[in-house]
Amino acid sequence: MSQQQPALKEWPLWEVFVRSKQGLEHKHCGSLHASDAQHALQMARDVYTRRQEGVSIWVVPSNTITASEPDSKDSFFDPAADKIYRHPTFYDIPDKVGHM
Amino acid sequence: MGAPANTNANAPADYLLHLADNALVLGQRNAEWCGHGPILEEDLAMANNSLDLIGQARMLYQHAASLINADDEAGERFKHLQGARVDGQVTDDTLAYFRDTAEFRCHTLLELPHHGPLVGYANSERDYSVTLTRNFLYSALMALVWQRLQTSADPQLAGIAAKSLKETRYHLSHSSDWLVRLGDGTEESHQRAQAALDHLLPYCEAFWLPGHAAEEAALANGTGVCVSELRDDWNAIVNETLSEATLQRNDTQPHVGYVAQGHLGVHSEHLGFLLAEMQSLARAHPQGVW
Repeated sequence: MSQQQPALKEWPLWEVFVRSKQGLEHKHCGSLHASDAQHALQMARDVYTRRQEGVSIWVVPSNTITASEPDSKDSFFDPAADKIYRHPTFYDIPDKVGHM
Repeated sequence: MGAPANTNANAPADYLLHLADNALVLGQRNAEWCGHGPILEEDLAMANNSLDLIGQARMLYQHAASLINADDEAGERFKHLQGARVDGQVTDDTLAYFRDTAEFRCHTLLELPHHGPLVGYANSERDYSVTLTRNFLYSALMALVWQRLQTSADPQLAGIAAKSLKETRYHLSHSSDWLVRLGDGTEESHQRAQAALDHLLPYCEAFWLPGHAAEEAALANGTGVCVSELRDDWNAIVNETLSEATLQRNDTQPHVGYVAQGHLGVHSEHLGFLLAEMQSLARAHPQGVW
């Protein structure tokens, strides 16, 4: 064989992001197992766009995603709970500014 | 295309049935993997492939049925389907479910089981490399056929071709991709892919047999495509992928020996079993609806 790599016993996991016809951004829709990126793209087409869900697909190796820890939820997110002044809801927007 | 002047001709019903039977029989065969695929994702991919093919067959049968219903002579020829007709009309369902083995005009290649020659019939002996190799050899042909049929003098067939071409190009890319992975993979996957190729390639000879009656008739009124003229293009597609897959073509050229003739109605033993399974429900409950 031309490539001297051992065969994968288990295929790595990939996260799949699909952009719908209307949507501007790719949204996470699930994950799947595949041997490489091209393979993952093909699989994603067959698994996640069977009902015309999308016009573009991204696949990302799951192990390249660094995620926040569920255990640190308190210290990560709760401190923002009482800072309502961070929401831009206390300003009167002049009419001539138009749509923001 | 033969005579491009007339753009409102009808393809001969037998020509449509040949195209439809090819799609239906391979679609049914590949559907055997549904729920039994090697991995979940590939299981879905193969089910999609079957649904594409069965969809193609359905459009072609519907077109053929409307031509048969409008033609007294053709109607006479399909008279034996009378019992299954709704209001005396032939439909896509009667053509798929109430014709017998010898009336099917699919290539023998497409009716073979998912395993090599001289092995058992158990489901556990199905070999996915046979499935993928067959899909590759057939979709390489149909990508060429549908492309040309887009300019068929039969506008309905041209429309079906345009839709089917997109599906078939994906089938070709899916099966080529896998064939390269299997051929250029492990020692075992290479050996299995090579065995599948050696088993199936001789059946492809049937593609190039000089025009059968249905194709001759379709060429005469500009609705069909001369498949034997596509041979060089098909060889180019096949050879390029096989070389990438590090697989050998061991078919002798020119071909020596028997050429399968399923498209003339002379089938292998396998089609009868496939049809029995596919048709049994419809025959037990004629005109049944969900």
